[in-house]
Amino acid sequence: MNFNIYDFTSFNQWIDNYLYTSLSPFWALIVEMTIIGLVFLTGYALVGLFLVYLERKVCALMQNRIGPNRVGPFGLFQTIADLIKLLLKELISIKQADKLLFNLAPFIVIIASFLCIAAIPFAKGLHAMDFNIGVFYVMAVSSMGVVGILIAGWSSNNKYSLIGAMRSGAQIVSYELSVGLSLITMVVLAGSMQFSTIVEAQSDGWFIFKGHISSVIAFIIFMIASTAETNRGPFDLAEAESELTAGFHTEYSGIKFAFFFLAEYMNMFIVAAIAATVFWGGWMPLHIGGLDGFNHVMDFIPPFVWFFGKTFVIIFLMMWFKWTFPRLRIDQLLTLEWKYLLPINLLNVLLMALMVLMGWHF
Amino acid sequence: MVEEVQNKIDTEEEYTINMGPQHPSTHGVLRFVVSLKGEIVKNVQPHCGYIHRGIERMCEKLTYQQIIHLTDRMDYLSAHINNAAVCLTVESALDIEVPERVKYIRTIIEELNRIASHQLWWCAFGMDLGGLTCFFYGLRDREKILDIFEESTGGRLIQSYNCPGGLMNDIHPNFQQKVKDFIKYFRKVLPEYDQLLTGNVIFQERTKKVGYISKEEAINYGLTGPSGRGSGFACDVRKRAPYHMYDKVNFKEILYTEGDTLARYKVRIDEMWESMNIIEQLIDNIPEGDFAVKMKPIIKLPEGEFFQRVESARGELDVFIVSDGNKNPYRVKFRSPNLVNLSAINIMSKDQKIADLVAISGSLDLVIPCMDR
Repeated sequence: MNFNIYDFTSFNQWIDNYLYTSLSPFWALIVEMTIIGLVFLTGYALVGLFLVYLERKVCALMQNRIGPNRVGPFGLFQTIADLIKLLLKELISIKQADKLLFNLAPFIVIIASFLCIAAIPFAKGLHAMDFNIGVFYVMAVSSMGVVGILIAGWSSNNKYSLIGAMRSGAQIVSYELSVGLSLITMVVLAGSMQFSTIVEAQSDGWFIFKGHISSVIAFIIFMIASTAETNRGPFDLAEAESELTAGFHTEYSGIKFAFFFLAEYMNMFIVAAIAATVFWGGWMPLHIGGLDGFNHVMDFIPPFVWFFGKTFVIIFLMMWFKWTFPRLRIDQLLTLEWKYLLPINLLNVLLMALMVLMGWHF
Repeated sequence: MVEEVQNKIDTEEEYTINMGPQHPSTHGVLRFVVSLKGEIVKNVQPHCGYIHRGIERMCEKLTYQQIIHLTDRMDYLSAHINNAAVCLTVESALDIEVPERVKYIRTIIEELNRIASHQLWWCAFGMDLGGLTCFFYGLRDREKILDIFEESTGGRLIQSYNCPGGLMNDIHPNFQQKVKDFIKYFRKVLPEYDQLLTGNVIFQERTKKVGYISKEEAINYGLTGPSGRGSGFACDVRKRAPYHMYDKVNFKEILYTEGDTLARYKVRIDEMWESMNIIEQLIDNIPEGDFAVKMKPIIKLPEGEFFQRVESARGELDVFIVSDGNKNPYRVKFRSPNLVNLSAINIMSKDQKIADLVAISGSLDLVIPCMDR
């Protein structure tokens, strides 16, 4: 066994070989899937809880407050206490609701966000599945979440929920285009949809520097569109609490509500992780071509620290807008997408293609 | 028995939703029955009375000193101004000239109260539009005013500091210094409000040309206060029928002619600046003297009808007292600016989005207990 925090490939291969030598191939596969599933579930819950804590602290920072500071050191266990509260709360069933769909909706939302994590490279070799169509897979899977939201809004039999769900449907379907196109811009630069190749291609400079103008435009559009896609402020129209009380999850209580809540935070983590991977080099340390001494120092920081560091910087940015901006109105939201972001994005794809053809990038 | 008004729906495609009585954006127990076509508001029916306490009726059984304490509970955000309205009515009925000192202090506290009220409105308005951070910025500054109130008047939210003939007690020795400190501080932080909200593109988009009401309609509907002045209706009672020290101080009547939500917003922000100007003119020159005129323990108003207008933070508050010569009024009527301002919500929000309805009702700055009384 060769455990190395800079490269997990050999460690993973060691586990793989060990399982395949000691078990039949079928059972080895089952055990591997179970291990990955358990690791992800734990990670999912921990990251989700930490993000809720982080959001409270960041929001407190923006609002001249202290934030949670009673439960545990710096209030770290506050979210765990809240989780226990949510687990113990009664699941109120609604008489007029469509029972099957009502119970199904939170699972669809959470599964959609859970599936996305499979494609994200956390560090070298720390990667559940390295698809050759990784970007496409993430796009496809993440858009499933809207189905859950629509179902939740429809089955609650509540007009506020329905309005929230319809808004969310219009919003996510529109902004998916911008997310997709801005990722396609970067795929054009990388020449591959495979996340591992995209990350490797950034070993001599992150794409946001390599593709300069076009990448920066794509990054800004991706940030706007992905904030909208995760239903976060200033685009949180689906749950606009001053208009629709709680939007599509008005009628949910207890752990079902917690699923929506957790899925929202995890979606934020996923889009931040994708932004970090595609634009900021993922787990790749900051390398500047030519400066070997500097590059060596940067290599000492383990890749997963780079990955989580970048992701949390992006998450902080997203929280920053949420707590600064007021909310858009639905027509303004759609105007922004269809009249501004989409045309700019289409031109940007062309610009990037031209840049790659002419070799204007670094 | 009062018959419930049937919800008005014009076509098949419309549906109604109840906003309130428990809804985050109605700031209290107000209920809007909104007819919607998709997201477009077709008709808004406000239903009030959820917090009706019969204050006007209770006044008929109480003496004039006691009535003051009830007026606090109407528009609790401009409690001092409500108190002053009743005191002024009683004083003018009895032909009492209050000492200069009382007039100065009343004016200063009234303007502080107006600033505090506008601060809280700013918090809540920002929150209605989804900018939650505004709430904390506004409250941070309001706290300083409440501390000043607490020190001098003994109350933070509702002070009952006025009484017929003057004030309950003299100001605290620190009062002048603290007010000056506050003004120095608030002049520095008020631009932050603009940086956080007013200049924001999203905020401008959300408020410009939303909830338009023309000057004629504003007058017809009786919109007063900042809501009326946002449409260019010069209705500031402090200018039109001055009381206290308002005829002796220099201040501008803030007028905007756009008539939209942004104009009403700007009126209030500018009024905070104007209020600070008024306070600055008075705070150094508070004359020495008594803080109240000696009054009889039981006040009896002469027989007749007495009327007083004051400018509360939300508009024109009128007090009308009919006296039959007893120690209790025969009839008291308050003209609540909120109730009158609310009446225009239907034409303001017609054919706008449901999110605009929230912005519009926020821009009217409704205080429900004042409406229901």
